[in-house]
Amino acid sequence: MSAKTMTADAPVQFYDLDEHPHPEGHSTMLGFWIYLMSDCLIFAILFACYAVLGGSYAAGPAPKDLFDLKLIALNTAMLLFSSITYGFAVLQMQQGEVKGVQIWLAITGLFGLAFLGIELYEFHHLIEIGATPQRSAFLSSFFTLVGTHGLHVTFGIVWLVTLMFQLSKHGLIAANKRRVMCLSMFWHFLDVVWIGVFTFVYLMGVLR
Amino acid sequence: MTPHPAPETGPILGKLSLEALPLHEPILVVTFIGVVLGGIAVLGLITKFRLWGYLWKEWFTTVDHKRIGIMYMILGLIMFLRGFADAIMMRIQQAMAFGGSEGYLTPHHYDQVFTAHGVIMIFFVAMPFITGLMNYVVPLQIGARDVSFPFLNNFSFWMTTSGAVLTMISLFVGEYAQTGWLAYPPLSGISYSPNVGVDYYIWGLQIAGIGTTLSGINLIVTILKLRAPGMGLMKMPVFTWTSICANILIVASFPILTATLVLLTLDRYVGTNFFTNDLGGSPMMYVNLIWIWGHPEVYILVLPLFGVFSEVTSTFSGKRLFGYTSMVYATICITILSYLVWLHHFFTMGSGASVNSFFGITTMVISIPTGAKLFNWLFTMYRGRIRFELPMMWTVAFMLTFVIGGMTGVLLAVPPADFVLHNSLFLIAHFHNVIIGGVLFGLFAAINYWWPKAFGYKLDVFWGKVSFWCWVVGFWVAFTPLYILGLMGVTRRMRVFDDPSLQIWFVIAGIGALIVAAGIGAMLIQFGVSIWRRKELRDTTGGDPWDGRTLEWATSSPPPDYNFAFTPVIHDLDAWYDMKKRGHQRPTGGYRDIHMPSNTGTGIILSGFCLVMGFALVWHIWWLVALSFVATIVGAIYHTFNYKRDFDIPAATVTAVEEARTRQLAAGA
Repeated sequence: MSAKTMTADAPVQFYDLDEHPHPEGHSTMLGFWIYLMSDCLIFAILFACYAVLGGSYAAGPAPKDLFDLKLIALNTAMLLFSSITYGFAVLQMQQGEVKGVQIWLAITGLFGLAFLGIELYEFHHLIEIGATPQRSAFLSSFFTLVGTHGLHVTFGIVWLVTLMFQLSKHGLIAANKRRVMCLSMFWHFLDVVWIGVFTFVYLMGVLR
Repeated sequence: MTPHPAPETGPILGKLSLEALPLHEPILVVTFIGVVLGGIAVLGLITKFRLWGYLWKEWFTTVDHKRIGIMYMILGLIMFLRGFADAIMMRIQQAMAFGGSEGYLTPHHYDQVFTAHGVIMIFFVAMPFITGLMNYVVPLQIGARDVSFPFLNNFSFWMTTSGAVLTMISLFVGEYAQTGWLAYPPLSGISYSPNVGVDYYIWGLQIAGIGTTLSGINLIVTILKLRAPGMGLMKMPVFTWTSICANILIVASFPILTATLVLLTLDRYVGTNFFTNDLGGSPMMYVNLIWIWGHPEVYILVLPLFGVFSEVTSTFSGKRLFGYTSMVYATICITILSYLVWLHHFFTMGSGASVNSFFGITTMVISIPTGAKLFNWLFTMYRGRIRFELPMMWTVAFMLTFVIGGMTGVLLAVPPADFVLHNSLFLIAHFHNVIIGGVLFGLFAAINYWWPKAFGYKLDVFWGKVSFWCWVVGFWVAFTPLYILGLMGVTRRMRVFDDPSLQIWFVIAGIGALIVAAGIGAMLIQFGVSIWRRKELRDTTGGDPWDGRTLEWATSSPPPDYNFAFTPVIHDLDAWYDMKKRGHQRPTGGYRDIHMPSNTGTGIILSGFCLVMGFALVWHIWWLVALSFVATIVGAIYHTFNYKRDFDIPAATVTAVEEARTRQLAAGA
């Protein structure tokens, strides 16, 4: 192996004498990816619970009785739009436009808030008509799966606001660009999870 | 049966009241007094010798992977003494409680003891030990200066410690779970465990689990990104290989534990019906989920030690490891297979013949790569010039002990046999056989092997041998009776027995536990004597006392903050052996500034907030939950506004350190 690359009398180099430090944050992206996959597993467990317990209505309401697909379609649109607008923020970042990034991040945050608002309205409505998380294993797993996603979006918004402060303070320095990219991955990840929720919980729930 | 009804919840202290203090348990009161006196003595000594500033600056806030590794080992050792105290209590209780005797532990106390023993030994002994070991050794083995995310490393350590502290608080404030170490519902649900024991269990594990997951991510990225130039994946030392597999398992399984415990928490706190008996809940769902985490956990614990045995066998046989490639693939096979066997923990669930056969067969299949590893170690020893130093002795003891534990495991993998042996003492003997014989013996090999690297002097051999023989003999005396009792049908977790003919076996097991206690005592003496005689035991070889083969032996002992003045370039497996063989010249000039991460107190502070939050959640002190939650979030956000997290070690400092080493090497030669 190593013998191939050197001739018998060439001195073998055992130390890197001309070393440069690793660029700051060079492994953050990989680390964040792995974190996202671990988070994905949490959702996988919640989906699995929903798959197993989602039919246990305990003589209570079933998805057909509860889900308002029009409202959910609106909600889904909010989250999907927020992913597009986040994409625009990243495009602006690549052109070095701090202001553009800020504007698109703000719009993303507003879409996120709209999504959360609609979700809270839905939860409130369900609880009001007696479909509480305590009512049946189906509702326990429904509220937990959708609620965990909602909590993630909430943390995403807190992060987004923090990031906007940091951008206005330091501009588009390398560290901030990296953070914009991490939040971008996080945000799109939540979008992907939501597509799963939309399909498996809402659409298939109404079909069932 | 509950000893006292669930107390009222007040606005200020939640469920906490003076009744939570176990003043009616003389054993706990005496322990508490001992802990308080010991604690005051330690704190007094630290204050007297003005060590607080030193501890804070050099240790608590450190981001140096070596110091964090050592702190993990200390945490593991302290918790080991607690876990072993629980073990001795159980052995004494079971040896006594015959012929109408109730023993000396009440049911309420005894049930907490066996729960705490299991939880502590797995989460707060084995996990800190292996995390500490990987933290210390992996960056050195791959020629790196630190881990990829040094702050996260510090934070992970303190989160693990916070979980351990919360678990320890339960000893004196309130109670611990009485459910067994995996807290199966419905027993762990609010109807059957209305008091705070299970809540201590949940929050202690959740806090520590965050730390474990983050440290898993950290080490994977470190191994993938920070290897020295030339070190392809198939040139990594085997310990590094087993570490990356163990950390992949951590990242792929601890989130499952987190999610499962969250669902149990919701059942207990919110009244949902995931694992209840009512309204569609499914307790067996919990059992499945917890073992989907639990079985990979077994391999998280043992894989790094397989790496240790590989390093030790190869070093002390003076040979390259036999079958390196097969060793790597065996490790990967075990990593994958460990996800396909979880159901063998509850064949008796009644999932039918096809499901049970599948999981029985996958379980037996795991013994193939494990067997391959054993043959590799044996063939490495074959025709080697074996030096029976302490690490090698532990390795041989492991091979003999672990093979038997593995074979009883294969017996249990047969579903019909398992229906007889399920939850019997045979199972207890089996998993202690593999965990003590595999994980603990491996840790002792590792401690004896790498101690000179960490501190610059070897461990005392005499007391090491005393400890070794007490441990190995004590283990067999303690657990052979349990195999026999298990075959006779005695179940686990029993507090009293009716059949007097069984007593002799429990007495023998108790004697075995006492021999093990002597082994632990000898080990503590070994550490003490070695620290005392460190000048005589000093390693004079300049950092390579065992004629090592991997990169950690290429630098000084203890290694400088920056590990390597110049990053090594790797050409072959066993890089350091290759360097020695081909007459490398250590550079003695031309040093440069070295870029390093700065220390930070954020990790310990945030973990402190989490600890307070955990305690408040256990006792339903809601205002404190809110306060500490906000403090954690604000603290974390505040930390992100700190952009200057690195500094340069000036070339002059590097030069001074390296010149001192040059003189030391010249003196030793």
